[in-house]
Order: sequence, then C-alpha cells, then structure tokens
Amino acid sequence: MNLTHEEIRFLKKKATLIRMITIEMIGKLGVGHIGGSLSIAEVLAVLYYKVMRIDPKNPKWEDRDKFVLSKGHAGPALYSVLADLGYFPYEWIDTLNRPNTNLPSHCDRLKTPGVDMTAGSLGQGLSAAVGMALGGKILKKDFYVYALIGDGESQEGQIWEAAMFAAHNKLNNLIAFTDYNKMQIDGYIHEINNLEPLVDKWRAFNWNVIEVDGHNVEEIYNAIMNGKEQKDKPTMIILHTIKGRGAYFAEGKITCHNMPIKEEEWKTAVEMLRKERDEI
Amino acid sequence: MINLTPSVYEKELREVYGELLFKYATEDSRIVVLNADLARSDGTLKFKELFPDRFIDVGVAEANMMGIAAGLANVGLIPITHTFTPFSTRRAFDQITISIAYADLPVKMMGTDPGVTAELNGGTHMSFEDAGIMRNLPNITIVEPADAVQFKAMFEQIIYYPKPIYVRMYRRRKEKFFEEGIEFKIGKITTLKDGKDITIICSGLMVGQAMIATQMLEKEGISVKLLNMHTLKPVDEEAIIDAAKQTGRIIVAENHSIINGWGSAVAEVLAENYPVVMKRIGVRDHFGEVGLTDFLLRKYKMTAEDIYKTALDLLKG
Repeated sequence: MNLTHEEIRFLKKKATLIRMITIEMIGKLGVGHIGGSLSIAEVLAVLYYKVMRIDPKNPKWEDRDKFVLSKGHAGPALYSVLADLGYFPYEWIDTLNRPNTNLPSHCDRLKTPGVDMTAGSLGQGLSAAVGMALGGKILKKDFYVYALIGDGESQEGQIWEAAMFAAHNKLNNLIAFTDYNKMQIDGYIHEINNLEPLVDKWRAFNWNVIEVDGHNVEEIYNAIMNGKEQKDKPTMIILHTIKGRGAYFAEGKITCHNMPIKEEEWKTAVEMLRKERDEI
Repeated sequence: MINLTPSVYEKELREVYGELLFKYATEDSRIVVLNADLARSDGTLKFKELFPDRFIDVGVAEANMMGIAAGLANVGLIPITHTFTPFSTRRAFDQITISIAYADLPVKMMGTDPGVTAELNGGTHMSFEDAGIMRNLPNITIVEPADAVQFKAMFEQIIYYPKPIYVRMYRRRKEKFFEEGIEFKIGKITTLKDGKDITIICSGLMVGQAMIATQMLEKEGISVKLLNMHTLKPVDEEAIIDAAKQTGRIIVAENHSIINGWGSAVAEVLAENYPVVMKRIGVRDHFGEVGLTDFLLRKYKMTAEDIYKTALDLLKG
C-alpha cells in the first residue's frame, strides 16, 4: 500500500527534524561527521517512523526489527532519531563525543539504547546484519534486518563477502541500503576508486536491487515494500543522495565528511530547516 | 597425585569434539556451527547432516564468518566458528576486535592445529602468534585444552561462556595426558603435582613434555610443582604468585611464541608481584616450517629434555 499524502508529509517533517537535531548536536560540539549523517535522514525517517517493528520502551525486544548502521560514523543521525523516539533522555544529544558520553562518534551497542550493532571499522556491519538475518531464519522469527552501508565503505572487500553469502542463503529478511552520496574523505568516489557499475555489481551478486532518490521518502518506502515481497533474495536499495544535505555550509562540499562548524553556521542552518519544515 | 605418563587416547580429538557438539546441539537448539571451508577436516561435517539448519559454511571468507557469528550471537544464538589458528585470529583480527570483542558478543572461536601441530601445512598455517594477539584484546578469554579428556571437561564451560572465547584446539591429536573425571575451571590454573624446588607451568601440547620433564627431574631428587595453565586469559595471578613463593623458580612451556604468550603472561605477573628467576620454553621469534610435531619440538628446543636441562640450569642458580 502506498504512503498517504499525510504520511509523506509526516515523514518529510521527521527527516527535516533529524537534520535539525543532527546539525545542532554536531554544531554544539564544533566538529563531526556531518556530511554522511545528513545524507541518510530520509531513510532513517522511513525506517523508524513507518516501517520498522520497534518499541522504544523495550529496545532489547527479541522480535523487533533490527537496524545496523554499518557506516558507524553517521551515528549522530541515528542518535537524533533515537532521542526523538525516547530511547534515551533527549538531553543526551548535548553529550555527543563528550567525556563519559553514551553517544560516541561511532555506534556502540553497549552504550546507546536502541543501537543494535556496534560499527565503525568500515565493512563489518553488513556481515553482522547477515548474521542477524540468518539468525532470524534459524530461530524462525519474522523480524527484518535493515543495514545501511556507505559508498566509500563498499570499497571494503568484506562487503562483497557478505553480499555473496546473503544471496547464496536467500536472506529475503535482509534489506540493505547504500548511501550513495558519491563522496569519500579523500575526494569523489569515481576519482578515488570507482564503484560503477554499482547496480550491476549487486545484481551480479544475486541481490534484488532498486535505485531511488535517497531524499524521497515515498520512493524509499516503495523500495522497502518491494524488498519485503522478495521470496528468495536480499534487497539492496541504492540511495542516490547528497552528502551534507540540508546544511548550507556543508551540502555537496567535498570537505563535509568530518568538518569544523561555527556556532553561527549551525544556528543559521537549523533556523533555515525549521522554516523549511513548517512549510512542508 | 595424577599420573604423569602421557598415553594415547582411543580417537582423535576432532571425533570427540564432533560427539560433544552433537550431544549439546541436540539439547540446545541455539548452538550453531560455522565453518570457512574446513568442516571436512575439523570434525564438524557430521553436524551438517544432523543439523543442516544450524550448520553454516561461509566458504573461504573468515572475516565474513566472524561478522556473521557476531550477528548470530546478537540475536541470541550460540555461534561456534572453526578454522585454523592463523585464520581464526590474525586473518580476521579487526572483525574479532570490533564486531566480537568491542561489541562484547559471546562468539566461540575454535582455532585448530595450534603451533607446531600445523605440521605439514607449514609456515603459512603455523601460527605462533595467535594467542598473543588475541591476548591483547579486552573481553576475550583464551583457553587451550591439551587433550580430549580436558576438552570434554571444559566443553560445557566453553559453550556457555558469557563472553567471546578463543579456543586452541588440537583437532588431529590423540595424546592423552589426563584421566577421566578430572575437573578444570576456566580462569583457574590446575595443579597437576605439588613440589618445592621448581615450578613448571605448561599448556596444551607442552603438557606432555612437561610431564616427562617432571619425571626426569623427580628421578634426580628434585621436587617439581607442575601447573597446567589451560587458560591464558584471564591469568590466574594468585596461583602463579603462590608457586613463585613456594618454589622460587619457574619455567613456562608453551606451544607458541615466547613473545606475548604464556611465558610473557607469567613474567608480567611475577615482575609486578613477586619476582623470581624464570625461563621460557617455546618458539623463539621465528616463523614455522613444514615438519612433524616431534621433529619441530626437537628443532625448536621444546622437548622434555630441553625443559629438564633448563630446570637444572635454573636450580644451579
């Protein structure tokens, strides 16, 4: 079933809210992984506010759907969602990367309620997600496992080890996303180590592959629904995104992976997004 | 006192291991076996026939195996990974570090053919550093059951250990060092024999050499305290300090590099708590090579005779 007009509006607002919280969180610290956090706001909104079977009051609920943020440096975006949903006190967002925080730069399942898997050393999260999906099959549980990998991360060999295995084992309860923002720390992906043809690669690995505008909640939702209909294949949804999306000082800039942010910049950006959200 | 004469077990360890797996997996549907294309050799192929849904062969992809195991543990299963020691540690070390140890997911990692027992697979497969690199990781426990009897005695503790655990597994060996019924506790040194002149601390394959060396020394009227340090980590500091106080001299015999293995662990405890003279018997900072176990033990000066001579040197002061 398609999203209603009201649901689309709601999810767009949530994506904008995720960006506002993320920018404020990193902005208050003065530096952080803003680019790759802002590019994934829509997919997080669709997953956490519409698709996933979760209970913020019971983050360890065995039958919940799981989410693995393999590009663990985008933690701040996930923390924004978890804070908004009440997995932990909202005030925690002011503790990002500060001493004794429960919100470290990279996701840590032991520290943050709602974080399902530790990640940060790139290439590893997809294997863990594959294990969780396989575990679901073994346990005869009907939860889904969602995994989000980076495009730069896709240069890691382990991604393709996991890809081969997931397809071989017909893990149709695994739906993965690539945040294809076309940039990595040292430059454009196609200049550093080209991934293209990326769709063909995943198809050749026997995955169900769907390309969408990663900033369009409706397209993302429909792609997930398509993934859920698969009988014998895992699904890879390639999200065409813009790194730093929504922060005027970062958007589309090659330097936005992990950048210093001035107080005036983040405050202005948050105000711009607030207006944008009110107009949705 | 226990019998110090090594004998031969009726079957290879891997056969015993396969039986243990079957027994426990029958009773506990959470047990899942993972392989990286070595099931045919590590004794788990039969598991595939009996429990096909809980047998996972990832192919030749050890890093992926460790990540998948982490995911399986994350959803409440009990994953046991299998491959040779080097591929069970250094090949997948970052995956073990982040997805298993840092994430604190209780994966059981079986490293087969430790040290010189890699034999004809030679230097590429002969890891003398596996336990050493694993020892550096927080949250990891390391055990080395020396024979089938000890493996049986520790199996249940290993399978239900609440933390990640690395097991050095002598899959093809048939040595028998211990009598049925003996108990071992992960994290606790086992006293095999008391003595007052010198302590020999041994683990794994070297239990046999240390037993023979003990007999040689006792024949000369030297009273030997023989300890089995089957758990490299956590280190049983108390037992080591007690032995140092009681005998004043310690030899550590290990089927591993003397760098960062059992000898190093004991030396650290002694240096910080109760320094006494000590010597290490083990691989002295070189790679392995093809050869049968007995040949390699002789070549690397790791035999009972070498332990015996080292003990005499220590006793001469």
